[in-house]
Amino acid sequence: MQAALEDFFRALRSADVRISPAEAIDAHRTVGVVGFEDRELFKDALCATLAKTKDEVERFDRIFDTFFAREALGTRPPPPPEGDGGGESDPLSGLPPEAAQSELARMLLEGDPAGLAQAMEAAAERAGVAEIRLSTQKSRLTRRLLDEMGLAEIEKIIANARRLDHGAGAERLDAARKGLVAQAQAYVERQHELHAAESGRNLREELLARKALNAEGGIDPVDQAMMQALVKKMAKRLADRYSRRKHTRWKGHLDVRRTLRRSMSYGGMPFDIVFKTRKVDKPSIVAICDVSKSVAAAAQFLLTFLYSLNEVVDRLEAFAFSGRMISVNEVLDEHKVETAILEVLKQIGFQQTDYGKSLEDFCEQHLDQLDRHTTVIFLGDARSNYADPRLDLLATIQKRSRAVIWLNPEPESYWGQGDSVMHRYERFCHVAKPCNTLAQLERIIEDVLRTYIPH
Amino acid sequence: MASVEALIEGLQGVGYIASRRIATALYMAVNLQKPILVEGTAGVGKTELALSTAALLGLPLIRMQCYEGLDESKALYEWKYGKQLLYTQILKDRMGEALKDAPDMDAAMDRLHGMGDLFFSEPFLEPRPLMLALREDEGCVLLIDEIDKSDEAFEAFLLEVLSAYQVSVPELGVIKAKTPPIVFLTSNNVRDLGDALKRRCLHLHIPLPDAALEQRIVASRVPGIEAALTQQLVSFVQSLRTLDLRKSPSISETVDWARALILLNAKTLDGDVVRDSLNVLLKFEQDIVAVEPQIVEMIRKPLA
Repeated sequence: MQAALEDFFRALRSADVRISPAEAIDAHRTVGVVGFEDRELFKDALCATLAKTKDEVERFDRIFDTFFAREALGTRPPPPPEGDGGGESDPLSGLPPEAAQSELARMLLEGDPAGLAQAMEAAAERAGVAEIRLSTQKSRLTRRLLDEMGLAEIEKIIANARRLDHGAGAERLDAARKGLVAQAQAYVERQHELHAAESGRNLREELLARKALNAEGGIDPVDQAMMQALVKKMAKRLADRYSRRKHTRWKGHLDVRRTLRRSMSYGGMPFDIVFKTRKVDKPSIVAICDVSKSVAAAAQFLLTFLYSLNEVVDRLEAFAFSGRMISVNEVLDEHKVETAILEVLKQIGFQQTDYGKSLEDFCEQHLDQLDRHTTVIFLGDARSNYADPRLDLLATIQKRSRAVIWLNPEPESYWGQGDSVMHRYERFCHVAKPCNTLAQLERIIEDVLRTYIPH
Repeated sequence: MASVEALIEGLQGVGYIASRRIATALYMAVNLQKPILVEGTAGVGKTELALSTAALLGLPLIRMQCYEGLDESKALYEWKYGKQLLYTQILKDRMGEALKDAPDMDAAMDRLHGMGDLFFSEPFLEPRPLMLALREDEGCVLLIDEIDKSDEAFEAFLLEVLSAYQVSVPELGVIKAKTPPIVFLTSNNVRDLGDALKRRCLHLHIPLPDAALEQRIVASRVPGIEAALTQQLVSFVQSLRTLDLRKSPSISETVDWARALILLNAKTLDGDVVRDSLNVLLKFEQDIVAVEPQIVEMIRKPLA
């Protein structure tokens, strides 16, 4: 049973239910306590040990039902041989003698579901069916599985029977063979569902995460929904990691030095007890996002990240601009992510970029928000349509803030070409990085959060 | 605790209607001696499960409510600082007398080391919930409520307690439980818990109950309620849950509502009674406003 449980763990893992060796050991102990007799009990007990979130419980239920659905195998008994006078007769009658030596033929004709299931399990292990990764491997693996079970032998018996004129027997065996093939197909299908279906999706997500956001034609509409989900997942991951550290102020240890100092005024009696406290620097981020025509393809995702940052960081001021700059904090706070993005784009998106004007807007209205704790993040391509880039204003921003980070959706080789003033802006940035795939975006934002936000 | 069925029956005896999955998880927790992490929306009976288990086993219940900023001095132990400082005062006075006749500094130091060091010792220790739970020799039920509200650091600190049922006090050494307590952790999913913590626990998610189970719960929690009214109010609550509300009512609200209806002497549900008592079920003004126009229809057409 250990092997079966290990297989089950593997199926669970490929469905993204994380199972560590320690949990596997727990599962074995669990089985030791509850046994296998009661299916419900077995399932519930394993579920309690293995699945650790609500989602995982749902996936566990699904995988369990698929994995342990073996009863269906070989339930159809083959038709009894006819004309031999009653069911007492040898099921192998009417077949050439080598049939008697074939274990598989006997099982098929006698209708031995348990034996067949076992044989199929053993053959599947030899054929490596559980290694299935892609749906295109299905037919090949089915064939291998049948070969391992000894289908060739059966086919030979059938051919022999036909040649020796044992028509009825051959037909029966052939029908049983067809049944077996169908079962093998179902078995491989189920293995595919268990081991490969999830990994196929993971592969697609991985490819999507590495796809350039401003690639020709943008993101395929088919992938759009998946991309949104992916962005949300990444945002959640970041939020989980960084939102926890907000309040680490602790209290608890006696500050002996200060207590003694205070007790002086009471003649050395410690009336006033002082505890050690640690002040936590509150991070703040100002994010400024370009939503103009030139970054149209990336704008949605930059905004999505702005949105997720808004959830992660306590004090985030978010701005969006193309021609002019507006504060989008309220929009991000009030709406759900999809509507918030549309709302921002509706208000200000897709106009002519003017970096100089936007910086001017920012410096006029919001410069007082920058102090030495503030990290400023620009998301944009620095293409200013040949207007004055107002480097002096960026210099002011740099001087007033803790760090300026520029994330550019264009590859580095495009910087400074055409109307891009990235190289000139770069001088005033602590970090300037290209960032045009989701994976890059996540990594950079994580670096930013780790390096530039004190905790 | 002989079997899952016995456990279900036992819990029913103390007024907790447990589904099979809940009972199995509890059964495993007791048999494998592992803590059990209970998740679910507010008011589905997470805390109640711990209370009922304590009542069933006749063990004392030690409860620790988690909140942001909770640290080991409030969860595990604290030194009685005031007394410690007074002790040093007394010590200072006594010290002079005791060391007066020492011939030189070395002898004085020797004599000083010879005296008992009481500064960090059990009498100055103020035990907090976790320490109390480990010190219960007969075993107990330890409820760590709303663990998701605590900080990450505190979560890490719990790991030792949860996996080995022991704590290390730097000044005293390791304190180990004679009988491991039955530990319940509850979480409302305010934040994701760390994998290390999850790994050490069995996991139980309590969903909102179906109509049949909820009727049994109401009947057991509100004695004297008529079956017809129970059925009516449960089906009303069940149909409320299908609406898009900010906070849909959970079991505790259903039970509260049932009690409120008894107080109001309601024999059956009608529009007026529901409208008057809706604030027991729904806790947001917007929800109440959204539901109010549909009340009569929802009573008339119960969910299939």
